[in-house]
Amino acid sequence: MQTFSNTSSGDIVLAMADRIIENRAYLSEIDGKIGDGDHGVNMAKGFSMAAERLKGRKVSLGESFDTLGTVLMTEIGGSMGPLYGVMFTEFAEKLEGAEAIDAKAFSDMLHAGLAGIQSIGSAKVGDKTLLDTFVPAVEAFDMATASGKSFSDALQALVIAAEQGRDSTIDLVAKIGRASRLGDRSLGVLDAGATSCAIILKELSLGASDKLH
Amino acid sequence: MQRFINNPDEVVEDTVKGFVKAHSDIVRLAENPRVIAARNAPYQGKVGVITGGGSGHEPAFIGYTGKNMLDAVAVGELFSSPTAKSFYDAVREANGGKGVVCLYGNYAGDNMNVKMAVKMAAKEGIEVATVVANDDVCSAPPEERKKRRGVAGEIFMWKIGGARAASGASLEEVRATAQKAIDNCRSIGVGLGPCTLPAVGHPNFQIEPGTMEVGIGHHGEPGVRVEPLKTADAIARDMCRIVLDDHALPEGTEVAVLVSGLGATPLNELYILNDTIEAEITGRGLKIYRTYVGNYFTSLEMVGATLTVMALDAELKELLDVEVHCTALL
Repeated sequence: MQTFSNTSSGDIVLAMADRIIENRAYLSEIDGKIGDGDHGVNMAKGFSMAAERLKGRKVSLGESFDTLGTVLMTEIGGSMGPLYGVMFTEFAEKLEGAEAIDAKAFSDMLHAGLAGIQSIGSAKVGDKTLLDTFVPAVEAFDMATASGKSFSDALQALVIAAEQGRDSTIDLVAKIGRASRLGDRSLGVLDAGATSCAIILKELSLGASDKLH
Repeated sequence: MQRFINNPDEVVEDTVKGFVKAHSDIVRLAENPRVIAARNAPYQGKVGVITGGGSGHEPAFIGYTGKNMLDAVAVGELFSSPTAKSFYDAVREANGGKGVVCLYGNYAGDNMNVKMAVKMAAKEGIEVATVVANDDVCSAPPEERKKRRGVAGEIFMWKIGGARAASGASLEEVRATAQKAIDNCRSIGVGLGPCTLPAVGHPNFQIEPGTMEVGIGHHGEPGVRVEPLKTADAIARDMCRIVLDDHALPEGTEVAVLVSGLGATPLNELYILNDTIEAEITGRGLKIYRTYVGNYFTSLEMVGATLTVMALDAELKELLDVEVHCTALL
């Protein structure tokens, strides 16, 4: 059975921070079409603060998630601070004490993060939010493992579903958050949260894939 | 963009620093630099009253900190909710042992951050009650009133809640009275020109010259219609019609009226609006108990104005008359 190490995988969070920082301008640009235009700025601020605290330290994936979640929750306000803050904090809690992460533990972690988000937000799939990326990604991962696919194949399925979910937001009308006030005018553009969520899940899956043995 | 700023990313820090320097007789900076507290808060044995919200609406929210008003305010980035931690720290600064009421607007970020702050406070044994403002008539139809945003009616909610807490009331009494205040409020905004977040550098929405947006929100959320700019009289009548039709108040009801600029509208134009607003309101058989005209709740340099009408009863009149010591309200 394929697993990857929790203890030596903290660098996945650093790579995730790099991707978010690279996409600072892009995320703000798409947010600016139907929101405030500050999504990239806020995300990059939070992820780089967390990366600063993690760099050069040998910490587990779980501890790195905890640091990232805490920074997002305590330093970044708006909607994304609490949503991603809760998600990463829940990820961290699920990984606590684990040495190796198998597909089951990975799925449990994703579900805990999802439940955390749903406990503070009120969005549903189809509302043009990060859930349109997250929910199908988790479903695809679970379906792949249930049908006997390997952990690495399931991670691949997760990435494909996340990106399809992200792209599905182009044809959705925003139902929640500031963009919802635009009604039909929110059609035709990507949701910034769904886009950043796809970046996060892809980097997490690629990082995990590279470390599988 | 011609603005008095230093680093666009430090606009909020610089605003807070200047505010505290100017008003140290009324407020103090809390341990968390994103929390402003009344100078003598917390008051032992009094229910604490707090709010919080994005910056860029000055004098809201910080300017309503002070005696008989808000005990503490959580400060967010421009147009962005404060963190859960800041809301929680505001709770701590306001906690005098009788619980804390958080009176805030109905925005996605605020809803989530307050929810988490309430949980954090509960862990420390501090009871927090909440009231969510939803006075902005055009932000959702009457049957979905719970979805409506909180706008300038929040000022009345804070005033009434603050005064009730100062009278020695219990947490539940303060919550219920603040809830009554906001239930009695209806507001409408009209935008004539957009606003720009300094870090973004260009407006996020447009209002074409010669047009106006009726029902616009406090961050430029779209209104119910865009139409050619009319005279002040016609706009004032339209604003009154939208607010009062939604309110359906019995003849003879006494009301408090608040006309606020959105940031870049000259004060004299607010008085021009108020001239017709008063005539319209009294023309409908309502009695004006008190009127406020000024820049009470702004949206950076948006051109435009809001109207808020609060229906009064004996209790609300008495609480409205309680003296306050804060920078934004007399």
